[in-house]
Amino acid sequence: MKRSGEPIFWALFGAGGMLAALVGPVLIFVTGIAVPLGFLLPQRTMSYGAMLAFTRNPVGKAAVLAVISLFLFHGCHRMVHSLHDLGFRTGPTARIAFYGFAILGTVIAALLLLRIGL
Amino acid sequence: MSRFKPVAGAYVRPTGGWWRKNPYFVRYMFREGTAVFLTIYAVILLLGLNRLAQGEAAYNAWRAALATPWALAFHAVALVAVVYHSITWLRVMPKTAPRLPVDPALITKGGLAASGGASVLIIAVLWWVAR
Repeated sequence: MKRSGEPIFWALFGAGGMLAALVGPVLIFVTGIAVPLGFLLPQRTMSYGAMLAFTRNPVGKAAVLAVISLFLFHGCHRMVHSLHDLGFRTGPTARIAFYGFAILGTVIAALLLLRIGL
Repeated sequence: MSRFKPVAGAYVRPTGGWWRKNPYFVRYMFREGTAVFLTIYAVILLLGLNRLAQGEAAYNAWRAALATPWALAFHAVALVAVVYHSITWLRVMPKTAPRLPVDPALITKGGLAASGGASVLIIAVLWWVAR
């Protein structure tokens, strides 16, 4: 029997769903609403210096990579399954495109974090 | 993934819009739709990381883009969507877990408390760091 990648993608979907359930709303609120408006948190919270220091910290790097990668895997897994519900014929091509997008995003994020350095 | 290849010329029953007929499936599709917002948000963060790696001017341009009305509107809608994801995810959680000795509702409540607690903690830490 051909080995399926499904359990791996399902686990990543689950991990991303859990992470998004716990910190998704607060992250969107902080980076997308509070800091750009200077509401509740000052705009300097996400200054170049502050974010550079955060992404140079190993813990910060891990957090950024986990959020970007797991959100992508969660979102892409759900979207490729919803295509079927919407009446599209999803075959291997759609799966390669969607999971490939999440994998590509993860690799790019990892390379950018390496480029930012310590 | 479809294992069944359609035979040429075979009748394919139209299934478009099936979910609109039942409020349960409308909520289901809305829940699945939250994935679109979460994915776009991850891409926005990835673009920001790229800008950060490029230097201060590039990063500040990304931040200016985040302060535009369109970006703020997107994040407001995405916030509602991901809050909905959070609630539905934590409601489903006891059903996906093995048989537990505790009340399933307690797991959902615990998850919501953890999410709320983490949110307050993150905002408090950021406020303290940026003060």
